Amino acid sequence: MITLSHFIVLGAVLFCIAVAGLFINRKNVIVLLMAIELMLLAVNMNFVAFSRFLGDVSGQVFVFFILTVAAAESAIGLAILVLLFRNRSTINIAEIDSMKG
Amino acid sequence: MPNFNDILVLLPEFYLVAAACLLLLLDAFMKPEQRGLLHWLSIAVLLVAVYLVVAGQPDGTATAFNGMFVRDRVAEILKVFALLCTVLVFVYARPYLADRKLFVGEFYTLAIFAVIGIMLLVSAGNLVTVYLGLELLTLSSYALVALNRDSPLSSEAAIKYFVLGALASGMLLYGMSMVYGATGTLSLAQLHGAAAHSAMPNLLLFGLIFMIIGIGFKLGVAPFHMWIPDVYQGAPTAVTVFIGSAPKLAAFGMAYRLLESGLGDLAQHWQLMLAVLAVLSLAIGNLVAIVQSNLKRLLAYSTISHMGYLLLGLVNAGPEGYAAAMFYAISYALMSTAAFGVILALARAGFECEEIDDFKGLNQRSPWMAFLMLLAMFSLAGVPPLFGFFAKLLVLQAAIDANMLWLAIVGAVFAIIGLYYYLRVVKVMYFDKPQDGVRLEVQQDVSLRWMLSLNALLLLVLGLCWGPLLGWCRAAFGLVSA
Repeated sequence: MITLSHFIVLGAVLFCIAVAGLFINRKNVIVLLMAIELMLLAVNMNFVAFSRFLGDVSGQVFVFFILTVAAAESAIGLAILVLLFRNRSTINIAEIDSMKG
Repeated sequence: MPNFNDILVLLPEFYLVAAACLLLLLDAFMKPEQRGLLHWLSIAVLLVAVYLVVAGQPDGTATAFNGMFVRDRVAEILKVFALLCTVLVFVYARPYLADRKLFVGEFYTLAIFAVIGIMLLVSAGNLVTVYLGLELLTLSSYALVALNRDSPLSSEAAIKYFVLGALASGMLLYGMSMVYGATGTLSLAQLHGAAAHSAMPNLLLFGLIFMIIGIGFKLGVAPFHMWIPDVYQGAPTAVTVFIGSAPKLAAFGMAYRLLESGLGDLAQHWQLMLAVLAVLSLAIGNLVAIVQSNLKRLLAYSTISHMGYLLLGLVNAGPEGYAAAMFYAISYALMSTAAFGVILALARAGFECEEIDDFKGLNQRSPWMAFLMLLAMFSLAGVPPLFGFFAKLLVLQAAIDANMLWLAIVGAVFAIIGLYYYLRVVKVMYFDKPQDGVRLEVQQDVSLRWMLSLNALLLLVLGLCWGPLLGWCRAAFGLVSA
């Protein structure tokens, strides 16, 4: 029997993978964008699970908004990425460090 | 069902959305040499929005769209000051943008969309509205930071801002999902009742922690401040002045809506978390600012410490504390526009005027600009009788009232440490010799000069008679009848 806690744990695991992906990854900005998407999907998973088990539909409505905003967010993220590559010819995170202190 | 009254409550927002779309269209059909018209139209649009917020609406608190949107005095005051700050930003930004061939319609439309996000955020009555307002503000800000397409520094700042901002939104959303799971509602008003007797208090607390991390990121308090210095330094100064002013009002509004309107029942839990964040930001902001040589970066670290002071007001968790924090947010927004305004007034094509050394001997070249910068710096440092002094006094008072004398003492000690780096800028301007080969000239733009003088002198005037503004802030939280 699959209970609410299974969904919450799965959501937490996905969220942790996403955060780890953001912090451990030292190579590539595109991986960062994927980690951000995964993080939002983990949140969506939580909302849908809670919504189902609480019998309240508003959580699922929130998911639609999150999905829409996530699409806009990745569009802007990729646009900035293109800009970055044009200006510096690299998307390696370790090399994006001209400002310090 | 939504009815006409709902639309009336949201009139300023609807109007601004329509106006921003029209400006975008207009810009597409405009010749480049007619851009000046767009500049003045944008300012007029914002001023009409101020009028609509102040006068064009029914009195008192109103909610619209089934409580998704709340219009009360707190929201009105924050909206008016956010709009006015943006007007100042537009005036200051024009010569800077024109010098760098960045004088484009996108700047105006993006900034207006960001302001719409701020207005939604401070009026939010539901977690969905909080999220949508916040994203409208931050997505516009990412694009603004990357406005200078050919600058490697600018695009680096934008990507850092984007990644950390998205992380913050993710944290905030994860917290919201937990809070939703524990209480079964997304409405802030219903959360207020439901939070006290939730069936799953641990889940609720877990959600609260994540939401505080999200709020901390958006406010830019330590240890979630990593994006602030890079974004402030890397963004074009005309964008930095925007990011440093109006969004701070929004961040206060968001913290107030989520923590008080929504999770006010959990105040005993979040008070201490905010106190810890406040101490960390005061320490990191003030100490790291001392070693900076870039003025924009110095002001970024000073922002971090100022947001720490703002938290001192929120820690109080009572109407007095919120009034003090709102007063502080307004004073900070005005002070930072003045400080960045001076940088913008001195920058020219090919010369950013953002190193502290660039200000050497400013008093000999332009005594008036040096005096305006002196006012801004002293006000940021909290020297009486300027505006910043009373704002600091009020938040320290709020911390003492919350039985956190130690926190107030920490705040006072770091205010004195902070004095050092503000005074260094003043010393460089008044007592050092001008650098060879650096021509300090003030922009000829008349509106910039007048508005900047007005802005900086306002810091002195409001420092001397701060009564009315404080009265509004207190009335907004129901402390005195308006």
